[in-house]
Amino acid sequence: MLHSVLHAIPFDQILIQTINGIVTGMILALVASGLTLIFGIMDVVNFAHGELFMLGAYAGVLILSATGSFWLALVCASLLIALLGAAIYLVTLRPLLGRDPLTTILATFGLSLVLQNYALWQFGPVARKIQEPFTGHFVLFYLEYPWYRLVIAFLAAAIIAALWLFLKFGTYGIWIRATTQDRIMAEAMGIPVPWVLTAVFAIGSGMAAASGVLFGPLVGVNYAMGTDWVLKAFIVVVVGGMGNLGGSILAAIFISLLEAYASLWVSPAQAVIVSFVVLILTLLFRPTGLFASTPR
Amino acid sequence: MTALLKVEDIHTYYGKSHILDGISLEVGTGEVVGLLGRNGVGKSTTLKAIAGLVHPSAGQVVFEGRPITGLPAHRIARQGIAYVPEDRRIFPLLTVTENLRTGLDRHGVGKARKVELLDKVYAYFPVLAERRQQPGGTLSGGEQQMLAIARAMMLEPKIILLDEPTEGLMPRMVSQIREIIDVLHGEGVAVLLVEQNVPLTLEASERVYLIEKGVVRHHAASATLRADDAVIHQYMGV
Repeated sequence: MLHSVLHAIPFDQILIQTINGIVTGMILALVASGLTLIFGIMDVVNFAHGELFMLGAYAGVLILSATGSFWLALVCASLLIALLGAAIYLVTLRPLLGRDPLTTILATFGLSLVLQNYALWQFGPVARKIQEPFTGHFVLFYLEYPWYRLVIAFLAAAIIAALWLFLKFGTYGIWIRATTQDRIMAEAMGIPVPWVLTAVFAIGSGMAAASGVLFGPLVGVNYAMGTDWVLKAFIVVVVGGMGNLGGSILAAIFISLLEAYASLWVSPAQAVIVSFVVLILTLLFRPTGLFASTPR
Repeated sequence: MTALLKVEDIHTYYGKSHILDGISLEVGTGEVVGLLGRNGVGKSTTLKAIAGLVHPSAGQVVFEGRPITGLPAHRIARQGIAYVPEDRRIFPLLTVTENLRTGLDRHGVGKARKVELLDKVYAYFPVLAERRQQPGGTLSGGEQQMLAIARAMMLEPKIILLDEPTEGLMPRMVSQIREIIDVLHGEGVAVLLVEQNVPLTLEASERVYLIEKGVVRHHAASATLRADDAVIHQYMGV
């Protein structure tokens, strides 16, 4: 039975879906790593993360049309949204730290509605397009596969690797990890914890914005684009183990691959179900995450 | 004697219960001072209040002539007050070296000075040098205590607040902690030592405060208390 099902799926389609899964997985990993970094260090579930992704994409659209440079748009949009993230943190989240987690959930949820409707009011309901920096294709079996998709996967991996190196070897990385593990003791060691928390929120926001700009060319940029992504990023963060960076990255690729393979049998819209099934199974049987043993 | 640290009549509450009910004490420059008392009389809270981890509702803490009450803990640490908590609170996933770097990587510490400080603590604690790439959480209790003290030394503090450093340690480790206190004293670092181990405290310190129910009940030179253990009996029940 299984054998005949596998036979029905040609090898070329499996390969294509593997590549698709990895490309989406890397973008998802980039979104989720910002989310998990923020959760790990301040126990804040940031429901506005998808809106930072969306605003990043819009900032990319505006900077691209002003300067004509995609790469400049990528860098400037990330920096701009990082600053916005720092401002949001200082104004709305910092006063709520240490309160019931529900207050920060409601605050970030409210923030996401505000930002989404601001974007609707400012940019209108019609989707904008970000032109990809190059339009070359290569032939993958019967498909013209755009090089840009591979570049996205590569760039997302490079940004995540840079984050990892920063966390692993830099002084500020040690400050961030120490604060994540024991905020009180970090403070007693002279680490300026309030500054570290602001910086982490800014870094997470900047990474969301970078994902928005990178992914912009593949989908339309519109005010609601963050919603789907943040939902998937949450699944990834839970499946990977809350606050566990390595786990989130593995989970992002794992879930995207599963969805990509599932869409060989069913429509992509139905393939999303796979993610939720994985989420529910994880919560039932491995509530600390599938990849819980990876140190954060 | 000029007072390095002065605690003036501090009060703290935990919910409705009064933890500190007007504690006052002084530590001179380079002086080792003991803080003795039964469990739950507010010794640890006194140290936390000095370190800025608990904010007193009344009274003040004065360090080098300047009030530091209400400052964020990280600024108090940078002024030269290092805190070694009772439960050590090693960063479990940071390596030994990274644990040390949390105190070492500060503005104004040059590369040469960093190497010098690291070499110094690795000479004091050879076992930490052997384990420098190992996560702090994998060390034994005694090793974690040494790491906690070594980490505090990275701040080049003027005073170290030591909360029950010998708790749960083997006798060999206890005498090593005793030696470390002497080394710190020899370097001119003041120590405010909270302990249950009465003989060790009386040997290591110059003066002792005896605390009961959040207030200092008795204050004497350690030598006097070594000769007369009636007072110790009264406050420690030993």
